[in-house]
Amino acid sequence: MTQSRPLLEVKSLSVTFPSEAGPVEAVRGLSYHVMPGEVMGIAGESGSGKSVSSLAVMGLLPRRARIAGSVRFEGEELLGRGDKDLSAIRGGKIAMIFQDPLSALTPVYTVGDQIAEAVQVHQTVSKQAAMDRAVELLNLAGIPNPRERARAFPHEFSGGMRQRAMIAMAIANNPKLIIADEPTTALDVTIQAQILDLLLKAKEATGAAIVMITHDLGVMAGFADRLTIMYAGKPLEAGAVDDLYYRPRMPYTIGLLGSIPRIDAAPGTPLTPIEGSPPSLTNLPPGCPFTPRCPMRVDLCRKVEPDLVRMNGSGEEHFAACHRSAEIEQKNLTGLDIFPAPADRTRDFSRVSDVPVLRITGLKKHYPMVRGAILHRRIGTIQAVDGIDLEIREGETLGLVGESGCGKTTTIMEILSLARPSSGAIEVLDRKTAGMTAQDRFQIRREISVVFQDPMASIDPRMPISDILAEPMLTHGVPADERARRIGELLKMVGLRPEHTSRYPQEFSGGQRQRICIARALALKPKLLVLDEPVSALDVSIRAGVLNLLEELKAELGLSYLFVAHDLSVVRHISDRVAVMYLGRIVETGEVNCVFNHPAHPYTQALLSAAPLPDPRKERARRRIILKGDLPSPANPPSGCRFRTRCQKFADELNDQQRQKCIDVDPVLCEHGNAGSDHRAACHYAEGGKLN
Amino acid sequence: MASLPSPIVESPVETTGNDSRFRLILRRFLRRRLAIAGLSVVLLLFAFAYIGPHFYKWRYDQIDFEAFLQHPSATHWFGTTQNGFDMLALTMRGMQKSLIIGLIGAVLSTGIAAVAGATAGYFAGWADRAIVALIDLILVLPGFLIIAILSPAFHGRTWLIFVVLLAAFQWMITARVIRSMTLSMKEREFVYAARFMGVPDWKIIFRHILPNMSSFLIIDATINVSSLILAEVGLSFFGFGVQPPDISLGTLIGDHWESAQTANGYQFYFPAILLVVLVLSVNLVGDGLRDALDPNAGTAAGKGAGSK
Ligand code: SF4
Ligand code: SF4
Repeated sequence: MTQSRPLLEVKSLSVTFPSEAGPVEAVRGLSYHVMPGEVMGIAGESGSGKSVSSLAVMGLLPRRARIAGSVRFEGEELLGRGDKDLSAIRGGKIAMIFQDPLSALTPVYTVGDQIAEAVQVHQTVSKQAAMDRAVELLNLAGIPNPRERARAFPHEFSGGMRQRAMIAMAIANNPKLIIADEPTTALDVTIQAQILDLLLKAKEATGAAIVMITHDLGVMAGFADRLTIMYAGKPLEAGAVDDLYYRPRMPYTIGLLGSIPRIDAAPGTPLTPIEGSPPSLTNLPPGCPFTPRCPMRVDLCRKVEPDLVRMNGSGEEHFAACHRSAEIEQKNLTGLDIFPAPADRTRDFSRVSDVPVLRITGLKKHYPMVRGAILHRRIGTIQAVDGIDLEIREGETLGLVGESGCGKTTTIMEILSLARPSSGAIEVLDRKTAGMTAQDRFQIRREISVVFQDPMASIDPRMPISDILAEPMLTHGVPADERARRIGELLKMVGLRPEHTSRYPQEFSGGQRQRICIARALALKPKLLVLDEPVSALDVSIRAGVLNLLEELKAELGLSYLFVAHDLSVVRHISDRVAVMYLGRIVETGEVNCVFNHPAHPYTQALLSAAPLPDPRKERARRRIILKGDLPSPANPPSGCRFRTRCQKFADELNDQQRQKCIDVDPVLCEHGNAGSDHRAACHYAEGGKLN
Repeated sequence: MASLPSPIVESPVETTGNDSRFRLILRRFLRRRLAIAGLSVVLLLFAFAYIGPHFYKWRYDQIDFEAFLQHPSATHWFGTTQNGFDMLALTMRGMQKSLIIGLIGAVLSTGIAAVAGATAGYFAGWADRAIVALIDLILVLPGFLIIAILSPAFHGRTWLIFVVLLAAFQWMITARVIRSMTLSMKEREFVYAARFMGVPDWKIIFRHILPNMSSFLIIDATINVSSLILAEVGLSFFGFGVQPPDISLGTLIGDHWESAQTANGYQFYFPAILLVVLVLSVNLVGDGLRDALDPNAGTAAGKGAGSK
């Protein structure tokens, strides 16, 4: 190690907010340091205090927050300094990148002006020079036609482009330190890969150190050098990434790592869920904050809060806060030793029958693009879904993957509304929706139900649980005594207490609410469940529990799932077959192992290579395909192959003649690989390249 | 290794149930002293109008032949009119009518607004266009004049027609707001969930959409009470509103405004001052409710900590 002084040194930082329910202890005694040029990660779930702590470092917390401790930047204390002093440092030596760049950019100024302004605040240069520098920075940030784009307003940028602009602004003054707070959370996987790549480039260009804050242990693995895991405002474990990922020494870290589905794991590999949910930050009981959820807790844990202590066995800078970490270290305990292993769920494919529950053929959904409030002028057509085929058989899980804007939401909305599609056909249980009467449609609704992404938004907050669960049964005329019996049964089925029927949704945590949504979806004993990103709004430690529940229910009740997600590792974990969507088309489909082990379509290959792995060594060794640009507008898709504007194969491998074919001819989904398998890809030059 | 504790069954974490939500609202409301004062005054005025007559020896339709045009005295607290009616009894009677008109009218107007706005927003299409056109039409019509012109038609019939007319010219702005709230609410996932379950549309509106706007509806209805009382007073003042033999604050003020400048001003001032006090207090209650039910719109301190 170099003997240089740390760039940033945070010591026993604590932040408390007053609230109606009592003081909220958002951060309690966080200490870390960042050396020049290194990437320090802070990981944690929502409410862990990871964002608050970095806002405290920047002096950006609201005034009512009480902050204690010490934050030293280049040896100088930052806490307690006036806003004026801090502004000189903020945006100069320390830059910050937020999750939502739209709120960090002023909507009424052009992007170029804002970057130029950032330059002028900290450097004395002419207006013209500042503007030139802004264009140069945008170029550095990989924004095409930077001179032109500098004159655009923030809302004219896509999410990825805005984040690029934010990074351009952040590096405008050659900062020593960049604090990145969930910089890629709102972005799609391929865009996330672009941004992470760019951040590393920015780091190289400026030599800045980075404090990376994220909940995503996959992103962290490949990005950070050292890592602190926070929980309920406290650091629970800290050390070099390799130590933390390969030798975690406290149950929370171990549980967290065991609960993440991995893209390189075979389907059905058990996840170890962490029971319960994070504590509320008001009136925290004494003792280890993880106690209520920890399978290793002993009496001491409830009384005494453990301090961070150095682990002897592994790296010199590895600390863990757990009374039993010495024991864990000594016995080298892993997640499977500590957490109750979920029931063995080896895939039972024999249950998958040949009877299709849902069949979609040639489904198209085009929206007119109109302008003008009174005289609706049609100015184009958005081809949200453009001719897709899907089939789900009884007892099967089909994963539908794609980035935002690929048309997966439109597809499920079409399915769920059971309407006559403008083109193509939807068949539920062998009955075409097009010919259905209102009565038929109502009947068939029993067989197909839905769980949405956001459990906070998908149940009516004004209804008690019993009413929420009763609603579908009430609608379909289930008698009252049967309803009451079923409600208790449903709650038990999803792992909630049947006594809770009179409670309101606000009383439950996110994971519990998602369980309620699942219970509601099962109320009428449907055949098919449409799961629209059912775990992506949940905290990492909660996800595994919900995923396991879904698997159990499927096995028990013989359900079929249409599982829509953007997270490939989750899809791999739960699906039997998978369909990859891009710009309104299915570009690759097949049995999940075939597709994930031998992706044939360049887009699938890129998606897979962009999906982060919670495994630092593999992550560092991986060859990552970084796709260029954004998704083209579905109103005006490229000719020929829709993917060609971003296709890495088109750009790098093909010759002109081959390219011409991609431009002229629209590839169709055709069989690929072994004859007889249903692995199909829509690419003229599909191949079975093995990844990872 | 220590024995593993049995898996923890998940139990609710937060304790903000519905009754504690009610308590929270109550607490926020009680924090606003002006709102409390307003509420107390409104309740007092109600008691004054409805319970007062039972404890007062004069009835509103009773003539004291020994006291014409008498100033306030121990026998006639608010004095008498030139016909010998007791002013206090009249004021209580008039207040009764004004209060009931304000209340019924407000509930009616908010109700119309809720149904029309939610229908327009939920069904979109032609229903929306028709309702929006109707709203725009009524907005450009001079309500006051139309009620005035129509007033002979309900002469001698129940004052309820008058209330309906008042409400008919009051709901439009609210309906517009509700329409746009519905537009966003129908995209909420719990509405989708209900739709995909097969719940009929009108049930979705009444079970999911309108109850989720209840804060807004309550606030709106409260504020409507005061504007409807004022509208009633205005119309009755000119003789277009409440018709004899009914009495309201409006007719009282209309009958006696000429005395305001004279030595018999008491005939005007008692009802007029009570009117101002009533409207002011109702508005204070409305403001307090808004702060309590919808703290983000008002001045109440921010909620919780933005810990993430
Ligand atoms: S201190 Fe106790 S409760 Fe906390 S993580 Fe360690 S064993 Fe579990
Ligand atoms: S058809 Fe051509 S452009 Fe399209 S994915 Fe294949 S190689 Fe790329």
